[in-house]
Amino acid sequence: METTKEIVINTEPFVVNFGPAHPSTHGVFRMRMTLDGEVIVDMEPVFGYLHRGIEKLAEERTYTQIIPLTDRLDYLASMSNNLAYCLAVEKLAGIAVPERAEYIRVIIAELQRVASHLCAVGFFLNDCGAFMTPVLYMLRERERVLDLFDMVCGQRLTYNYMRVGGVSQDVPDEFIPAVKKFVREMPGWLDEYERLLKENEILLARAKGVGILPRDLAINIGASGPVLRASGVPWDIRKADPYSIYDRFEFDVPVGLAGDCYDRYRVRVEEMRQSLRILRQAIKDLPRGGEVRSQVPHLIRPPVGEAYGHLEGPRGELGFYLVSDGSIAPYRFHVRAPTFINLTALADMMRGWKIADAIIVFGSIDICMGEVDR
Amino acid sequence: MTLALSGKDIAAKIEGKFPKSVVEAAAESLLVEAESLSEIAAYLKNTPGLDFDYLTAVSGVDYLDCFEVVYHLTSIEHNHSLVLKARCYNRENPVLPSVVGLWRTADFQEREIYDLLGISFEGHPNLKRIALWEGFEGHPLRKDFL
Repeated sequence: METTKEIVINTEPFVVNFGPAHPSTHGVFRMRMTLDGEVIVDMEPVFGYLHRGIEKLAEERTYTQIIPLTDRLDYLASMSNNLAYCLAVEKLAGIAVPERAEYIRVIIAELQRVASHLCAVGFFLNDCGAFMTPVLYMLRERERVLDLFDMVCGQRLTYNYMRVGGVSQDVPDEFIPAVKKFVREMPGWLDEYERLLKENEILLARAKGVGILPRDLAINIGASGPVLRASGVPWDIRKADPYSIYDRFEFDVPVGLAGDCYDRYRVRVEEMRQSLRILRQAIKDLPRGGEVRSQVPHLIRPPVGEAYGHLEGPRGELGFYLVSDGSIAPYRFHVRAPTFINLTALADMMRGWKIADAIIVFGSIDICMGEVDR
Repeated sequence: MTLALSGKDIAAKIEGKFPKSVVEAAAESLLVEAESLSEIAAYLKNTPGLDFDYLTAVSGVDYLDCFEVVYHLTSIEHNHSLVLKARCYNRENPVLPSVVGLWRTADFQEREIYDLLGISFEGHPNLKRIALWEGFEGHPLRKDFL
């Protein structure tokens, strides 16, 4: 009779499909995970479920008609998409923008950054297990920004507000006082979140040291935005290659040290404070009256050539590569989507961590499927 | 401000190193032979003073007589940029060397170009469709796709 035998648990890697319809995939996104027990051995992101062929559609539309299409890329930061596209067309066609419109654009873009980061931070905490409480507070503040956007263009999600050569209409009289009120109250709310979350033991335990993206890898995979800066690279297009009138404002570029999920969260919170700082300066310097849109023909026919226009969106470097053949529609319209490229490193960040950490790592890069799939 | 390096200056540097590799050097871009793309890309990345460590974007364009792939390169260290281009003329089976070995950011972007324009990237570790499903016929961003 055999009495004792060494018990060896024979583990075999097996494949689990995570998504495409899963509450924490922030859209329709599938992770094909190879697991060894609970540990992630490998991960392959599978996407394209939301592919609408926007790049092909744009080839059939005039330059102005494309602006609403850009709203549908990153639908949490539509204003930034509008602006990035308009910057690219202005570069391609050599169109100047009136002073007042430049300031309005900066105000709107920074409000959009705050709104988008609120979403990112809120849903990240949701993924960490702080179910629904923080995100509801952050959505409350985001609503205030959406109300401001509603004031300027009547929309709350797909704005279609920017135009080539300016913005579609001047802001109403009540807008600036409302922005001032928001800028005055927002730091208090941020302090409140920070008091509750910054040193929160559960958040620290779950996010600190998890999903590290080293500095060199972050550069090599072309990461941008908070993901790159959390890895310790002070690279912000607003500073490195100032577009619009960003060279006139004073602000800092927050960077992380470790490149973990906690740093990505911290960088976003600090960026909101910097955005408020820019907003204060922009409101102060906003010229009174004047044009908000330069004289641009209804059908823009840029000269034959190409241009790459980019900006620092809430999720990273958003760029548009346009090729013109001299007609009323672009010959080629290519989007450099920041979250699409940030996904390249997702597998590296997840390998070796448990399946429960995968959700946090994924939440920390803050993707938007509308932009990934286009 | 990111300094956009002139393709002509870079061409002068490359010509000495890799003769007959530059097709066209303009102020805003540099068009190189597809065969020497890998060597030139490695040279641009690893030469001190150039240090193009960041590949911003890879875009493909169908010009009907050829396919053009455009690499927007940036150096984070020196804050300068360069537009590098390569062409392939074979419409049936267009092939270009992959730059994934140098910049991993090209991984998804080259897959996207393969998916939508049908350009194969030699040396890509996992070249398959990314936005459309396996089994989809044709490449939608080609100008003759209806």
